[in-house]
Amino acid sequence: MHIVVCVKQVPDSREIRIDPNTNTLVRQGVPAIVNYYDLHGLEEALRFKDEMGAEVTVVSMGPPSADKALKQCISMGADRAVLVSDRAFAGADTLATSYVVGITVQKVAEEFGPVDVVFCGKQTLDGDTGQVGPGVACRLDYEQLTYVEKVVELSDKDKSITVHRHLEDGIEVVKTKLPVVVTVLTELNKPRRASLPGVINASRYKPIVWSTNDFSDIDRSKIGLKGSPTIVSKTWVPEPRKIDTKILEGDNATVVASELIEQLWSTELPTRLGW
Amino acid sequence: MATERFDAIIVGGGPAGSAAAYTMAKAGLNVVLIERGEFPGAKNIFGGVLYRKQLEDIIPEFWKEAPLERRVVEQRMWLMGKDSVVTMGHRNEAFKEPANAWTGLRVKFDQWFASKAEQAGSLNIYETVVTDLLREGDRVVGVRTDREEGDLYANVVVVADGVNSLLGKQLGVHHEWQPDQVSLAVKEVIAMPKEKIMDRFNLEGDEGVTTEFIGQLGGMAGLGFMYTNQETISFGVGVMVSDLKRTKIRPYDLIENVKQHPMIRKMLQGGESKEYAAHLIPEGGFHAIPPLSGNGWVICGDAAQLVNFVHREGTNLAMTSGKYAADAIIEAHAKGDFSKDGLAGYDRRVRESFIHKDLKKYQGLHGLLNDIDPKLFDRLPAALNDAAYQMLLIDGLSKAEKQKAAIRGLREAAGGTANLVKLGIKGWRAING
Repeated sequence: MHIVVCVKQVPDSREIRIDPNTNTLVRQGVPAIVNYYDLHGLEEALRFKDEMGAEVTVVSMGPPSADKALKQCISMGADRAVLVSDRAFAGADTLATSYVVGITVQKVAEEFGPVDVVFCGKQTLDGDTGQVGPGVACRLDYEQLTYVEKVVELSDKDKSITVHRHLEDGIEVVKTKLPVVVTVLTELNKPRRASLPGVINASRYKPIVWSTNDFSDIDRSKIGLKGSPTIVSKTWVPEPRKIDTKILEGDNATVVASELIEQLWSTELPTRLGW
Repeated sequence: MATERFDAIIVGGGPAGSAAAYTMAKAGLNVVLIERGEFPGAKNIFGGVLYRKQLEDIIPEFWKEAPLERRVVEQRMWLMGKDSVVTMGHRNEAFKEPANAWTGLRVKFDQWFASKAEQAGSLNIYETVVTDLLREGDRVVGVRTDREEGDLYANVVVVADGVNSLLGKQLGVHHEWQPDQVSLAVKEVIAMPKEKIMDRFNLEGDEGVTTEFIGQLGGMAGLGFMYTNQETISFGVGVMVSDLKRTKIRPYDLIENVKQHPMIRKMLQGGESKEYAAHLIPEGGFHAIPPLSGNGWVICGDAAQLVNFVHREGTNLAMTSGKYAADAIIEAHAKGDFSKDGLAGYDRRVRESFIHKDLKKYQGLHGLLNDIDPKLFDRLPAALNDAAYQMLLIDGLSKAEKQKAAIRGLREAAGGTANLVKLGIKGWRAING
């Protein structure tokens, strides 16, 4: 069983600020982390490494500095990491990205053995589109299972997978044949903390780096800015919603509380709630 | 994997740890540096001045690549009155080439320094806390971390885990600090447009100014500082923890109050506070320095209380002690002797060096600061300000009368002539004794 996990290095959204003048993300000084949905994909892959000896390959497209993200995956237990990095890939939208990730998975299959499962995060923290996973599945012509919150069974014997998909109106239990692309939710599992030998191993590990030249039949019109039809015409920061705030004052808590209740009753809220 | 044995484990990715890791890795030793923060410097602060000499001994011409802020060409000392200041200072073009000191930001500097160690071959691991020392008999043989399968073995453990050294406590060389042995530095990094900083401090290119001030720190023994960086100002105060305890003033309120002083407010106005940090600084002085090595371990930097608290040299002493420890371990490695005797070269180096001489020179000073009434830190600068005001004010009194009044003012501030003389003698002895 060979599992590929797609990861992306993203700016830590907990520390993101928006430049009020240009309306763009301030990336300077914001720490880079592994997109956390992807970490749940990795954890699931590692679970199958522990349980059935699956081989785990992590792939990422990004600048050379993304090797830090890949090393983190190695520290957790991935067997190998591939970084696809080239200036020609820069400026890619989801269409171009899924093309590159697709040919990367193909190349991984050619070099390290056929791929059975590809785990992707549901979406990235910085892009939020959720398009790359399904895009990769289409290009590879694999089955695709999105919004997966549980992998019930992964069978090497009959090359099948059974999962729970979290949909708006309930949970769908699906079984399909391999190979498959699975995009995962955070409910799936709890990513592990790397062991000390894992961290030491990762610290010495050098990810495999592929550039455009390493792909023999790459279609250069489909990568980078050229392969990206998406145009960002405008970005803006939504106006903060203005809410009427009142501060009630009184001699003691009881007075303030009864005043609060009185004011709440005088609004339309109780009627709306059917009280 | 788990049985891999290192030549040395360095605990702590600050300047002491990185200097030790860099020096040993360069000499070809197999070393691992363990840092609890997400990256080196994540948990560190310093006032923000870095001197050339000590780091140059470790990494020649480091300034060509290290992330530094500004070359210090002027040092100012402000003696604060309530709404006034008496200023002293020295600016000299000679401080530019070669530079004497730079302002810097630890977050950037520590990352760079640790990366130098990594390039030299040190194995750096982060977000990992060393919880225990592993021992066999009376020897330290490794460390236990908070990760799974987290034991790691080495010939020597370099303890450089900072002022609250957990491992130092386990070695019994480091006790809980007494409030009068540590000061608390609170610091803000205040963002300000480059042009504004350069205009306000009269700077050209990468020139920088450091300002230190005494007085008006809420009646506490301490020192304030204001250093120019590229696009920020490092501003803060350091006071004895015992004084904070006594006055019940919270560190954050203290720094806010100090910022309201008219002289300081005008330097900082228009700036935006970007970071707030607080850090303990050991101030116990010479007498608080523990034994520096034992069987299978050495202790460096803040953890070993190696701070010259008269000058702002924690980072310097940390780096130099890290280097000395590394030099001694390299010797021990050659001899294959990691016992207390084998590592004694470290103690010797420190005691022969400027670290020890400086700390010894000022050994009485810490006691002096504790002896004298902290209120003097306010009263004496205030009296000096009054004297300056009176001397410069033209109000019909003769200069002779004004001089008399000024001396009287100072004498009263010190609590009488006898006290003023005593203070002078004590101070002199403390520094020159």
